[in-house]
Amino acid sequence: MRLGLLPLSPINLDHVGHYVHWGVIQISVANLLLILLMVVIFAAAILLPFPGTRRRK
Amino acid sequence: MTSLPALPGDAPAAQEEAGGWTGWVRRRALRSFPPDQLLPDKQPIYVASWIYVFGVATIAAFIVTLASGGVLALRGPAWWHGSSVGHFVNSLHLWSVELFMAFMVIHLWGKFFMAAWRGKRALTWITGAVSFLASIGTAFTGYLTQQNLASQWVSTQAKDGLNSVGIGAYFNVLDFGQMLMWHIVLLPLGVGILVVAHVLLVRRHGVVPPFPPKETQDRAATVDDGSVQA
Amino acid sequence: MTAATTRAHRREADPAAQPWAGPKRPYDLVKEFVVALVVVSILTVILAALFSSPDDKQLTLAQWAKAAPNDFVATAATELDGTSGSATYGAPYTHDKSAAQKIGPLAPQNWPGVTIPIDAAQDFVVRPLQGAAVSPDLQVALKQWTSGSADQQQNWAAAYDTALAAVPDTDPAKIAAGDYGPVPVMMTQLLALAQSGGLDGALLAQGRFYQTDYTKPLLFLADGTYLEDLARAQHLGGDQWGMMNETGNYPGQAWLWLYTFWYQVKPFSTSGNADALVWSVMALLSLVFVLVPFIPGIRSIPKLIPIHRLIWRNYYRDVEGRSA
Repeated sequence: MRLGLLPLSPINLDHVGHYVHWGVIQISVANLLLILLMVVIFAAAILLPFPGTRRRK
Repeated sequence: MTSLPALPGDAPAAQEEAGGWTGWVRRRALRSFPPDQLLPDKQPIYVASWIYVFGVATIAAFIVTLASGGVLALRGPAWWHGSSVGHFVNSLHLWSVELFMAFMVIHLWGKFFMAAWRGKRALTWITGAVSFLASIGTAFTGYLTQQNLASQWVSTQAKDGLNSVGIGAYFNVLDFGQMLMWHIVLLPLGVGILVVAHVLLVRRHGVVPPFPPKETQDRAATVDDGSVQA
Repeated sequence: MTAATTRAHRREADPAAQPWAGPKRPYDLVKEFVVALVVVSILTVILAALFSSPDDKQLTLAQWAKAAPNDFVATAATELDGTSGSATYGAPYTHDKSAAQKIGPLAPQNWPGVTIPIDAAQDFVVRPLQGAAVSPDLQVALKQWTSGSADQQQNWAAAYDTALAAVPDTDPAKIAAGDYGPVPVMMTQLLALAQSGGLDGALLAQGRFYQTDYTKPLLFLADGTYLEDLARAQHLGGDQWGMMNETGNYPGQAWLWLYTFWYQVKPFSTSGNADALVWSVMALLSLVFVLVPFIPGIRSIPKLIPIHRLIWRNYYRDVEGRSA
């Protein structure tokens, strides 16, 4: 790995990337996790109750 | 609408034209954006979901990107390669962009499924969509100007796409100086103007109301099928 | 009827365009903005501190020449005989109109003409050598080159390039004997110039003092295979969905998924016009995206997939419950 300045981070992402292969699709684990996280956040945003919404009696 | 008090002898028309260009701009601005519409402290009852925070979250991420970019600019484009502080600021810049794009796409998903262009709000959708595309261009010029192996690869690959349609003849991705100026001057300005226009349009038209409730849909022929009324 | 009255009538026909006359709730926009700014700032700091950012070191021509001298010389040979990627590119670098990519009958690549002129043999080989001609051998070789006719120069360069390509691993030391004129000396000296770091400076400076345009060094680098090998090792190649990826395990540009998708499938993956075709498809789709409000079918999807019923479930419960 050719690095400029080694990042002093607890989680070192600077090694060979992991990839998922599915047919013609090749996606990095990082990108896949990011996209899945976005979908989860979208679902949560819609489903979680928002403060100030009073339930009808 | 505010207007100057009538002076004795003033014709009614003269009051409307008082204040010259400045007066005209002031009257137009106040007519389009009355203060309690520009900064309301209430929203319609249906604005009650976490999906509504992703627009402001996107803007917040944009501000963090601008600020971290500003700090990078203080010491110049090569600083972050040799300084751990500079590298940290670069990391702030990268992750604020990842958050910016993620929040913007979630905001887009929400707005799409709300058909938020209804009720003469097509321009709100259009400014948002163009902001999205302009943001991609801004991020692209950022990758080009990192001055590392990624920049060398991205630029020599991207040139083929742009050259194939004639754009590369004027927008030379191998020209670091040109790309840096697009990245730090022209594109952020463009995105900023689009975002301001987008937000002002939301304030002007209000947050899009829900589709009509079920009983009114059954009863009346609806025009609210997701189309835009010209 | 005045324009204002017509507008008012149109608004009445469209319920979504009317100002909201129903109940409201307190909503502090400024507080929301401040909270968002604080939360996003903290989130950014946490992500930056945990994961940092990638910075794979720049590749100099010197490093390329030292790590892969055979690839360097093979590339230089193609620049000299005009068969390299840059030399045969067409607009905006060279005047070969037939080299342009096409979209059907159209070749927009040619429309602006040559705005970034590149003479591969002169720019990448002859001029840098002339600027660094210290050794007598090189001076003699360059004199022989420049006093030859254009045809003679082409014969020497093409013969050398062909012979080199036939050698396993394109090792110049193993090239068959032949009439290559001054080319072998020029190649050896160019390699030495590159390995010393002089070529990086010469290709960038182009005789000037200040410079911010890396077109020439980047084109030369990209004409070789070493840069591509490094990139492909990181899954950055065009047929590896590379546009979406970042070096290492970092998330990349997930938003480019649709742009890079087309390069993975036919007819784009096997077409010489792939770049122009993909660009055209994406330009069209971008236009569709911007104009969604006006496109029948697409603009009705939100009604057909009623996620809005979830978003506004409290409102619907109140209103529909009341009228039940």
